[in-house]
Amino acid sequence: MTPRFVLGRIGFYTLIAVLLAFFTIPLLWLVTAPFTSDPTYEVRMPDFTWENFQAVLEHPYALPSLWNSLVLSVGTALLVVVMAALAAYALSRVRLPGRDALLYALLLLSSIITGTAAMVPLFQLAVELNLIDSQLGLILILTGGLLPAAIFMLKDFMDSTPKSYEESARVFGASPLQIVRHVVVPLVRPGLATIAVWSIANVWGNFLMPYLLLSDVEKQPAAVITYTLYTEGGQANLRMLSTFGLLYSVPVVLMYLFVSKKYGFRFHGGIKR
Amino acid sequence: MAAIELRGLTKVYPGGVKALDALDLVIPDGEFFALLGPSGCGKTTLLRTIAGLEAASGGSVLIGERDVTGTQPGGRDVAMVFQDYALFPHMDVTDNIAYPLRIKKVDKATRRDKAAEVGARLGLEQLMDRRPGQLSGGQQQRVALARVMATQAQAFLFDEPLSNLDARLRLEARTFLKKLQRELGVTTVFVTHDQAEALAMADRMAVMEAGHIRQIGTPAEVFRRPVNTFVAGFIGSTPMNLLDGLVRGDTLEVAGCKVAVPALAEGRLSDGEKIVYGVRPEYMTYSDEPAEGGIGGKVAIVENLGASHLVTLDVNDVIVQAVVPEGSEPAVGDDGYAVPRSDRALVYRDGELVS
Repeated sequence: MTPRFVLGRIGFYTLIAVLLAFFTIPLLWLVTAPFTSDPTYEVRMPDFTWENFQAVLEHPYALPSLWNSLVLSVGTALLVVVMAALAAYALSRVRLPGRDALLYALLLLSSIITGTAAMVPLFQLAVELNLIDSQLGLILILTGGLLPAAIFMLKDFMDSTPKSYEESARVFGASPLQIVRHVVVPLVRPGLATIAVWSIANVWGNFLMPYLLLSDVEKQPAAVITYTLYTEGGQANLRMLSTFGLLYSVPVVLMYLFVSKKYGFRFHGGIKR
Repeated sequence: MAAIELRGLTKVYPGGVKALDALDLVIPDGEFFALLGPSGCGKTTLLRTIAGLEAASGGSVLIGERDVTGTQPGGRDVAMVFQDYALFPHMDVTDNIAYPLRIKKVDKATRRDKAAEVGARLGLEQLMDRRPGQLSGGQQQRVALARVMATQAQAFLFDEPLSNLDARLRLEARTFLKKLQRELGVTTVFVTHDQAEALAMADRMAVMEAGHIRQIGTPAEVFRRPVNTFVAGFIGSTPMNLLDGLVRGDTLEVAGCKVAVPALAEGRLSDGEKIVYGVRPEYMTYSDEPAEGGIGGKVAIVENLGASHLVTLDVNDVIVQAVVPEGSEPAVGDDGYAVPRSDRALVYRDGELVS
């Protein structure tokens, strides 16, 4: 144990501590500030007041916006899971010329579609189709943005399930839709759960699209409402922001815990090799 | 129950590989029929074409005198056991067995009763609530069999039904399958690459090579009288001796030794002709003394087969094998003589049996 080694160790752990603090302090602030009567930008010992929650409850748009977020994210997730499952199954089982090129092109484009780059044309499109200020329209557009990546991920799950299950069902006379319902969906259920969680988390955190396409404040999701939480003086309303931020993050954390416990994000097959 | 008939059945894969080349085959009602051949010979393709999982490129498939060439697999009234059994891992044994009935929209109570009945017949009573992942290989196979029995299909198709079992279990399953097929009396076609399996189980069998059927017959016919050198070399646990020879008057010259013309080829050979002389090691009589019509050489290898020994003789640089009963096996390096049984020896001209 040379002094040089000891110094090296001390330096290393200090660096890690600083890095950890960098990520923990904002989280600490998020759990303490809502319970503090007059929160600042500092992390302080809270005085455990419920006044801030009272204020959020009284805010006319705060709680409804969480409901809006739920509608948007669950709606999108349902559409994405159903459509991606059917598309991925077809792409996995039918030989198409240029199939892989198509998949890669879709994956590449997907990051552009709901991204900033396509902001203007998407807005135009929504106006032309009369989908502006409509939650359904937003769900459709978000679904379009998530589908390519979802298809890409699900196709991998589909590819890894042996074909003989389906062939066996076919010989017994099952129709393609029956095969998907009875055999394929139960086999790729962990994959479907992964896609659903991923879609919900994606939509829950999406700010740009709802901000662009929903102007009616009653339809806006939590991510957009957060942006409007200012005091009369134009200052960020830290009481509201911290409390609402906590309420906004808790459902996603709970969902992750639930799904991870139920499915473990593992592949389990029960396949005779 | 129904007969299966194939007329000029052809399957060409995209890319031009001809997996089946104008096959004609009739499998009568109730027969246990084996498709045997080395890997890549088209036997599995043939089975899948009968099932309808592969579309025929030409010719027709008839099941029970009904042309099903263009019919979907589900409409052919056949049931198939896959090599990996394809039991649905998310369903228990009852649901697996009852699945074909679920497709036929049979109500749940009837389905469960039927599954219990078939399961009991195959000794699965204790396992009905288990998932496939909790069963041994042999139990999984019985569930797969129960599932096809529940369909009450016209014909059963088995793809390598024993290949996923270990050696010991395979022998038991062989006997079990044969007994079951006999009791059910359903026309059954099974694919195997193991000639011993085909010989043991089948009523009749077809030996395939490169998309063609090289011989159809009962196991006894195929074993005793292979009609060409391919079948002769493929059938038999110990490979047949196939020795190049010449016709010399009324005897044959094989590996520098004189042997008698086999009974089957008598009067059908002309002097000076090039032939292949075939005789199974089991049909050779071994002796230490020079013997009339024997093939003599030095003992190169002695292999223990259990109740007998396989003796390999080096005869003027040609390998000749004979099976010797236990107790009289020679030592390596001895001089030995193998006398073919003339009623079992065969002569091939241009690869085809002379008879």
